[in-house]
Amino acid sequence: MLMLEKRPQPSRAWTYATPVLAVVLTMLCGGLLFAALGQDPFETIRTIFLDPLFSEFAWFYRPQLLIKGAPLVLIAIGLSFGFRAGIWNIGAEGQYIVGAICGAAVGLAFFPLESFIIFPLMVLAGAVGGLLWAMIPGFLRVRFGTNEILVSLMLVYVAEQLLASMALGTLRNPDGMGFPGSRNLAQYPSATSWINQSAGMHWGVVTGFIAVIFAYIALSRHIFGFNVRLSGQSPRAAKFAGVNPGKLVLICMGISGALAGLAGLFEVSGPAGQVSIDFGAGYGFTAIIVAFLGRLHPVGILLAGGLMALTYIGGEIAQSNLGLPVAAIQLLQGMLLFFLLAVDVLTNYRVNWGRQPA
Amino acid sequence: MDLSSINPILLLASLMVAATPIMLAAIGELVVERAGVLNLGVEGMMITGAVCGFVVAVNTGSPWVGFIGAAVGGALLSLIFGFLTQFLMSNQVATGLALTLFGLGLSALMGQGYIGIKAPAFPDWDIPLLGDIPVIGPIVFQHDPMVYVGLAIVAAVWAFLKYSRAGLILRAVGENHEAAHALGYHVIRVRMLAIMFGGACAGLGGAYLSLVRVPQWTEGMTAGAGWIALAIVVFASWRPGRLLLGAYLFGGVTVLQLNLQAAGAAIAVEYLSMAPYLATIAVLVIMRAGRAPGSLGQSFHASR
Repeated sequence: MLMLEKRPQPSRAWTYATPVLAVVLTMLCGGLLFAALGQDPFETIRTIFLDPLFSEFAWFYRPQLLIKGAPLVLIAIGLSFGFRAGIWNIGAEGQYIVGAICGAAVGLAFFPLESFIIFPLMVLAGAVGGLLWAMIPGFLRVRFGTNEILVSLMLVYVAEQLLASMALGTLRNPDGMGFPGSRNLAQYPSATSWINQSAGMHWGVVTGFIAVIFAYIALSRHIFGFNVRLSGQSPRAAKFAGVNPGKLVLICMGISGALAGLAGLFEVSGPAGQVSIDFGAGYGFTAIIVAFLGRLHPVGILLAGGLMALTYIGGEIAQSNLGLPVAAIQLLQGMLLFFLLAVDVLTNYRVNWGRQPA
Repeated sequence: MDLSSINPILLLASLMVAATPIMLAAIGELVVERAGVLNLGVEGMMITGAVCGFVVAVNTGSPWVGFIGAAVGGALLSLIFGFLTQFLMSNQVATGLALTLFGLGLSALMGQGYIGIKAPAFPDWDIPLLGDIPVIGPIVFQHDPMVYVGLAIVAAVWAFLKYSRAGLILRAVGENHEAAHALGYHVIRVRMLAIMFGGACAGLGGAYLSLVRVPQWTEGMTAGAGWIALAIVVFASWRPGRLLLGAYLFGGVTVLQLNLQAAGAAIAVEYLSMAPYLATIAVLVIMRAGRAPGSLGQSFHASR
């Protein structure tokens, strides 16, 4: 009979192997799913995972990889701090939206003035907006012991309504002939986050890489990272070591909120261009998968963000070329997280085949 | 704004309808959490139930069969969660989130081709005599059967947890799984059954949305109802009686804001639509939750 025996320490080898195993299993299972949908499984898998990188039109898709990956990596890096410490901010989507609204509002307030100071102010507003939105669940948890999972999630729905109100009312383009949505920030030179649009480079990509480096240093070389890890693994020990749990909650929520807000700001002033009703594209939720797939490690998150961006772009190609429904990609991403959590058992447990553990 | 256009009797009557989907999902989750499992995938199971119920009801022409299909769909989806958390000891918070993301994708895929179709009608029961009582009659006794099925499930869960031996075992497993295991109870088996019951109830709640309340299928139609159900379980301090109160409170907020929208309130529609979510947060803050089941959210692994 199959027996599981707890490992005294998580296996290092499996820590690295499980994400790869999960991706392989997802491809297998996804292939079955595509076959059930009446597609050629090999063709579809190749289209999703390889065509964006190696097809003859790859020059067009590779910049897309940066555009889709940047918000995912930025948000996931922020989430990873909290997830490590057992603080579950799952409302990054809301913080992303509010960051975009705040940043865009600052930019639109200056229109049509041109000045080098506008974009930095927008960045600041985006970060502060996301930070404050994340402080609501953080503060409520510290002060009243409220569950931060539920509050942060409820605030996503509130943020979506706020976005609709802004796109239809306050921030609507006065020259837009009554169409919903704000002025296009990507065409406003002082407010755009684009550095080189054809190469897919915008400030969000740059900030994403900086965030990865800082997160790596903070987690592995700084006492803050140690406190975060300690709190996640043993809250009691962390208390004895002098970690203030309330402060840690606020810092972790703040970091994730600010980074999600930044991601929103860079998106609204670049790839998205404007505040519109359908601005929230679910990056805040997909970033949760990215954070776990990357093992909550900054470098892992960078790779996982790239992979997830790949499935987005590959999904779009498969949609237009093979008629694959968009929902199938969403399902594939959910499946990936399931497999990841499932194979994680190998990291923490040893499998014994038929023998009683000694 | 014309407040006189709001009929209080109709308001209270639609309150019962609005509360039913959340109540169904919440009572299932209450049983799951009393067994010591935190399943955050209610939203995913609800929306899967909504699409399963809708597809089955449209194809068979019977809403009753639709509800059965929804319960089966929700329970099957919850089995994935159960397998991962109970047999592979995965993190319950993360697995619940995965279940929600997966369920949203799965439902969107299954519901393709069913958008814009109307569900087969589910007639209201006009209970004779009781339904004729003035004021109370239209509020309480003139609804579709699922409203009463929901109430019956809540009553049954209350009696099960309070008076039955099986209910005692379930609570023991939730309070202290090590002790329950030492007494010879099958912790994993009890929890798997509870998880499946939770999935079935969430499925029913979702199907109530797609078959009765809306009644249509649209992607993402649960719009956070599953998460509100989770909040109500906390609000109810894991007790069925207070859960009923919580569900009606939220039904009330939802119906009231819809009525204010229709009456042309001076507040923008978007801000009124925030009301149920803001009310959830307010309630979570104000209500000091009772004591959660002792082993809530912890994995159980018998070392021997």
